[in-house]
Amino acid sequence: MTKQQVLDLYFLDARNKLIELAAFLDRVERADGKDDFRLKAFHAALGELNGGKKEKAKNVLLAFSDPTTEPIAQAAVKGAVGAFPK
Amino acid sequence: MKYIEPHAHMVSRTTDDYERMAIAGCEVVCEPAFWAGFDRRSVDGFHDYFCQLTEHEPKRAAKFGLKHFSWLCINSKEAEDVKLAEEVIALIPKFLNRPNVLGIGEIGLNKNSRNELRVLEMQVDLAARHEQLILVHTPHLEDKSKGTRLILDVLKSDKRIQPERVIIDHVEEHTVELVLNAGMWAGMTLYPETKCTPARAIDILETYGSEKIWMNSACDWGVSDPLAVPKTAREMKRRGHLAAAIEKIIFQNPKTFLGQSLHFKI
Repeated sequence: MTKQQVLDLYFLDARNKLIELAAFLDRVERADGKDDFRLKAFHAALGELNGGKKEKAKNVLLAFSDPTTEPIAQAAVKGAVGAFPK
Repeated sequence: MKYIEPHAHMVSRTTDDYERMAIAGCEVVCEPAFWAGFDRRSVDGFHDYFCQLTEHEPKRAAKFGLKHFSWLCINSKEAEDVKLAEEVIALIPKFLNRPNVLGIGEIGLNKNSRNELRVLEMQVDLAARHEQLILVHTPHLEDKSKGTRLILDVLKSDKRIQPERVIIDHVEEHTVELVLNAGMWAGMTLYPETKCTPARAIDILETYGSEKIWMNSACDWGVSDPLAVPKTAREMKRRGHLAAAIEKIIFQNPKTFLGQSLHFKI
């Protein structure tokens, strides 16, 4: 596809998602209490979108990922929360 | 357009879903064993589940003209209880000759724990001893990158395992290249919120090519869409992919991988 075709197909959808993301950050900032490691990871991931960096989706996923290499001692929970406390 | 749904947990779906899938062009559905949403308390629970996958569910699918195949294992979410896992693994061989069984799956990791890793190794050994295909589940979200690397290490260290007889499922942009470079097949799961969206799955195809890769809905009891594969095929068409290229991804590729099982006759 040409850049124009990609824009024609996906610009409005991406614009909508970007506004949703901005509104989410406004919502968190407006709320009382403390945030946690997930918001820190979110801001780190946002940094991957800047400028001419390649492989943005891959690097956003890695920004949220557990960077360690050894298995954990025991699985205390079954679910995942979407970010690793770094 | 005809398609194969290579990963769907139909025991969790309604008969309406079977009908909608058939109308959308689905000809074959393959069902890996998975976690029921709660931990089973004994090996008897697994025995009944394996009977459901190999006896009851094929009949239910056949009512809508779909061929149904299954994979057997204990899921990594239940792998902390190693004694129970050993009992379940000992139960599996007597089901392997049933006509709709394709192999061992979906094995893998969930939280990347030592016991999960131990049970994964036991099930890889089971597959090797019985010359079975392997379907691997990779962990969710923040655990996927690390888990995929650990899983690949286990598979590559067992010299009996032929990479082309293994599919690593739920790949995303940060894991697909690791899997394909290891000579294994990659599965992309199309989920509304986690894993891949249709647009991202097609991005991956356009970036890494269409060899040794398939798409599935992995529809289950959670937020998921049993029509995710035909919807992604429609998105491929919208992006200008030719009919033959779409058919390769949604029909020919799963047929090629699954056809390595003597039981996969369509």
